[in-house]
Amino acid sequence: MTQLALVIDLNVCVGCHACVTSCKEWNSSGSAGPLLDWNADGPDPTGTFFNRVQTFEVGEFPNTQTVHFPKSCLHCEDPPCVPVCPTGASYKRAEDGIVLVDYDKCIGCKYCAWACPYGVRELDEKRQVMTKCTLCVDRITDLTLPPAERKPSCVMACPTQARLFGDVHDPESEVSVAIRERGGYPLMPEQGTQPANHYLPRRRTEAHTDPVQVVREHNPLRVDGREPALQPPLSADWEH
Amino acid sequence: MHPPWSMIFFTTLAGAAQGLLLALLGVDLARSLGLVQTPEALFLAGAVITLAMCGVGLVAASFHLGHPWRGWRAMAMWRTSWLSREVIVLPAFMAAVAAWGLAHALQAPALLWGLLAGLLALALYICTGMIYGAVKAIREWATPLTPINYTLIGLASGALLASALAAFMAAPLAPGLARLALVATLVAALARGYAYWRNQRLVPRTTLQTAIGVRHPRIVQKSQGAMGGSFNTREFFHGRPATLVTRVRWAAALLGFVLPAAALAAVAAPSGPLLALLFAMHYAGLLAERWSFFTEANHPQNLYYRAIA
Repeated sequence: MTQLALVIDLNVCVGCHACVTSCKEWNSSGSAGPLLDWNADGPDPTGTFFNRVQTFEVGEFPNTQTVHFPKSCLHCEDPPCVPVCPTGASYKRAEDGIVLVDYDKCIGCKYCAWACPYGVRELDEKRQVMTKCTLCVDRITDLTLPPAERKPSCVMACPTQARLFGDVHDPESEVSVAIRERGGYPLMPEQGTQPANHYLPRRRTEAHTDPVQVVREHNPLRVDGREPALQPPLSADWEH
Repeated sequence: MHPPWSMIFFTTLAGAAQGLLLALLGVDLARSLGLVQTPEALFLAGAVITLAMCGVGLVAASFHLGHPWRGWRAMAMWRTSWLSREVIVLPAFMAAVAAWGLAHALQAPALLWGLLAGLLALALYICTGMIYGAVKAIREWATPLTPINYTLIGLASGALLASALAAFMAAPLAPGLARLALVATLVAALARGYAYWRNQRLVPRTTLQTAIGVRHPRIVQKSQGAMGGSFNTREFFHGRPATLVTRVRWAAALLGFVLPAAALAAVAAPSGPLLALLFAMHYAGLLAERWSFFTEANHPQNLYYRAIA
């Protein structure tokens, strides 16, 4: 059974919000829209978003890491928002596991938003129906698009390719391999929702130079049989 | 959680209405056994008041919906949703109450309708309470105490209302019903107090660490991705100062439980106006109690919305 999902690499997300704006753009003009704003140019702007990027600081200065954290519907395998819906407007598609809202059936009771521990469902204040990430269901199933573009808008927009999209039930898919080999994890596992979306953790990246590489035989720094000193100042060794 | 007035009025009004019906059903049963004498008008008035309170509650509840005219759709998912079950049980309860009152008005056999209405009233307490009790994410609510408290508090307010009604229409019954209201109020206060005590001692299982999956003791939010707030900041935070929350909690305890119970205990044969006044005070306390019920609840999504910018 297919379960489409996003895998978000926190190690390369730079917090540029391109996924947020492209999501807003696509879903305002696509079949899911419009996602309306209030006071867009006023002092207290607010509006509906399927996807938000938040920023956290981990650690204490000077040993801090800035973590940019994109947050959207996780398309849980056991979504708590679906059984509580009294009208059946909130449902999980059997064929690809996407959790969707039928806007024509939604009565705007907000019960599903209460049931979701992640706060990824937002009531559209103008349309008064619950809205949420659709994984761009109108893009990924659109056969008129070239296959390479049948991806969610946020995935297409990400400049650092922090967002991967695929079937997490297919063990050989790009997302499954990423989860398996790069330590992918779900959010709030204790809530028992089994999110389909996963996050890839931050990794420590540093350039490492083995001292042997500096003094080896064909090191260009070896001049006239004189070995460069390992201790700085290294450049002083060039002076003859 | 943000306390919605629609839900506060609906749950308190419908809860008292169900309690009133159950108290009057008790009187009806006692009368059918020949234990008490009452005029039919008491039951008819009780049914009318019950229906009126449920009606006002329904109108209040409709203000909670973005699309009230689609409300009928909410009957669809009764297999999984307690809200759907409530939407089915409430009109059934009102219909049974109407039939019970009508049967009394026509001097026809009414007890079976009354028993049906009583069963539906109990079912409705469970449905209303479980709407909140079934939200696993909010641990303050996800406890059997939630439906139990909705039932006990509704029974207490209904018994008090029934005693006030009886004082005007069937005076000999009033002291007995007032005694019942006293016991029900004390039991409800104990259970609600225990729920509050429990909620104060909850240790959150979901933390910022599990919310973003970073295992570090010190994580500070710098931005929530929006400057002017969002549905998430409006719906899941009560946004009231802690002093107000504490005061409302005291108001709930005093007006809703302590003062009515003290007055009922002190006055052996309370008069109709006194009982009506006590019910008004008790109801004001219940509004505060329901308000506190919402402000007590901490939604895990709030972990993601701790700093604007």
